[in-house]
Amino acid sequence: MFDTLSERLGGVFDRLRGRGALTEEDVTEALREVRVALIEADVALPVARSFVAKVKERAVGREVLKSITPGQQVVKIVHDVLVETLGGSEGDHELNLNRPAPVPVLMVGLQGSGKTTSTAKIALRLQKTEKKKVLMASLDTRRPAAMEQLKVLGEQAGVKTLPIVAGQSALQIANRAMEAARLQGFDVVMLDTAGRLSIDEQLMAEVSDIHRATDPAETLLVLDALTGQDAVQTAERFKERMPVTGVVLTRLDGDGRGGAALSMREVTGAPIKFAGVGEKIDALDAFDPERMAGRILGMGDIVGLVEKA
Amino acid sequence: SRTSTKLTTGVTDIFTKKKLDEDTLEELEDLLLSADLGTGPTEEVVGRLRRERVGQDVTDEEVKAILAEVVADTLRPLEKPLAVNPSHAPHVILVVGVNGAGKTTTIGKLASKMKAEGHSVLLAAGDTFRAAAIEQLAVWGERANVPVLTKPNGADAAGLAYEAIEKARTEGHDVVLIDTAGRLQNRSELMDELGKIVRVIKKLAPEAPHDTLLVLDATVGQNAISQASAFTEIAGVTGLVMTKLDGTARGGILVALGDKFELPIHYIGVGEGIDDLRPFDAGEFARALTADV
Ligand SMILES: Nc1nc2c(ncn2[C@@H]2O[C@H](COP(=O)(O)OP(=O)(O)OP(=O)(O)O)[C@@H](O)[C@H]2O)c(=O)[nH]1
Ligand SMILES: Nc1nc2c(ncn2[C@@H]2O[C@H](COP(=O)(O)OP(=O)(O)OP(=O)(O)O)[C@@H](O)[C@H]2O)c(=O)[nH]1
Ligand SMILES: [Mg+2]
Ligand SMILES: [Mg+2]
Repeated sequence: MFDTLSERLGGVFDRLRGRGALTEEDVTEALREVRVALIEADVALPVARSFVAKVKERAVGREVLKSITPGQQVVKIVHDVLVETLGGSEGDHELNLNRPAPVPVLMVGLQGSGKTTSTAKIALRLQKTEKKKVLMASLDTRRPAAMEQLKVLGEQAGVKTLPIVAGQSALQIANRAMEAARLQGFDVVMLDTAGRLSIDEQLMAEVSDIHRATDPAETLLVLDALTGQDAVQTAERFKERMPVTGVVLTRLDGDGRGGAALSMREVTGAPIKFAGVGEKIDALDAFDPERMAGRILGMGDIVGLVEKA
Repeated sequence: SRTSTKLTTGVTDIFTKKKLDEDTLEELEDLLLSADLGTGPTEEVVGRLRRERVGQDVTDEEVKAILAEVVADTLRPLEKPLAVNPSHAPHVILVVGVNGAGKTTTIGKLASKMKAEGHSVLLAAGDTFRAAAIEQLAVWGERANVPVLTKPNGADAAGLAYEAIEKARTEGHDVVLIDTAGRLQNRSELMDELGKIVRVIKKLAPEAPHDTLLVLDATVGQNAISQASAFTEIAGVTGLVMTKLDGTARGGILVALGDKFELPIHYIGVGEGIDDLRPFDAGEFARALTADV
């Protein structure tokens, strides 16, 4: 049901026959299609607008490469700007755990976004590939069987979880986790929190208290890649309450176009660190801006073509 | 920050600036598409303004009113709270959807509601895959004070559904609510498994499931269209529930879905509590949606 950007641009391509430099007119017409394509890929409107403005600035006056059409030239610029925007700088996509142990990592996000699963995935990864000794703690005192869920995942992953003590507040559990990690020589403490709506004042205050008390090295906002326009609200409101240092994008094994990735990246300014690609505990990839760009644009094809040009 | 202000004052921004011309209409079109209304309803609103009002002054209030009308008209025929028919003995309701949408929670809420309406309810913990999914439904069973049929982790979900219907027959429950594991609609092996659950249910009760509910998260974007079409194809979805409408998401995609699939929208979820389930009201939904555009 999604037109790929190249199909969308088909009509515009046909009219863009000239060679030489791209004129403002050429570009404006093509960019209207780009904007609609981005919205259809779930990029939030304000983000799509500012993105398109960036592309326009880059494109006007640019010489068209000999081997491609002016339309393809526009697409190449769109793609390049997208990769740059999603990508950020070298090393951005790694966790930054350069701190005296135990290093806290805080996981936050909306209900059902994939926090608990991602907590276990990241813990497993740190333990396996970086040989860190990891403790996981569920601060979710609300959702039925949430603590049990993390415990089971810990057993599956072979990662230790903080023993469950009924009746403690999320903040008390966080403090107990840090204390236990100090005493038992853990390197990293993964703190899984309850899902919360960004407009839930009480819960947002709770998580910012936890943030203040634990001073995490990384605060990872977990976002479902199937999210639509609402990604902007989520990003802004979480960012208002705590410094988000990274984003985990889940359900990239789905067939969503994933435009929320761009919205998140633009609004939080934080790099996307991981991609969840399944329900299993090892289904976690490093984030790949190139692949993500192709996916949002729905056009691996034309990019390959332009790359060769 | 600037971006969100821009988003929330969209229509007002456009229509206090200038007379209705093609540029304004184009901006409005972007705005409506970005509210996930889909091309059909978007075209209808834009088309109406183009036919009736080009060259005139149009206020943002008028535009919002037209928008609300189109949204309400599209969705009003789809208002339809779920009705349990005890003569099915039992009325079988299968609950499906992608991961984390709110299936298990919605079942807990529905169980409580149906119980309060005087029905005898049985829950079936058909998510035998996800960590602690069974325990989660068991807690909801306690809260709603209804029995839950469970099997160990990894057990065959189709077999469990079959047993639940048998159990409801022998014990005389009016309604069976069957939970399923979350699955993404493009994962064919998981969708096949869902197809099998439906087939096995039909062996025992050819008319069942009497309702197959697709649970959608209000934050979802365009992917909801592909979810509705895939789950309908495999599991014969008969109605929708949209959860998490208590947040900032406005669920504009329901309009696109309503336009395209005409599936009844039974309920909306407005919180994590047991009573946070409301019948879908098209007028109220349209007002909430357009207030934000
Ligand atoms: N397909 C797929 N499913 C995922 C992925 N990540 C998480 N899930 C599933 O999404 C559902 C919700 O995941 P959770 O980890 O429980 O989400 P959460 O954010 O902790 O949820 P709450 O604690 O209720 O707010 C579960 O069914 C997970 O198996 C992913 O990358 N791909
Ligand atoms: N705010 C809010 N949260 C909700 C609503 N419905 C469900 N949730 C929350 O969303 C999260 C996921 O809900 P579940 O019922 O576990 O979702 P599910 O579809 O069963 O998830 P999986 O079985 O993992 O696929 C939980 O934290 C719920 O409390 C709602 O209407 N509003
Ligand atoms: Mg969780
Ligand atoms: Mg569930």
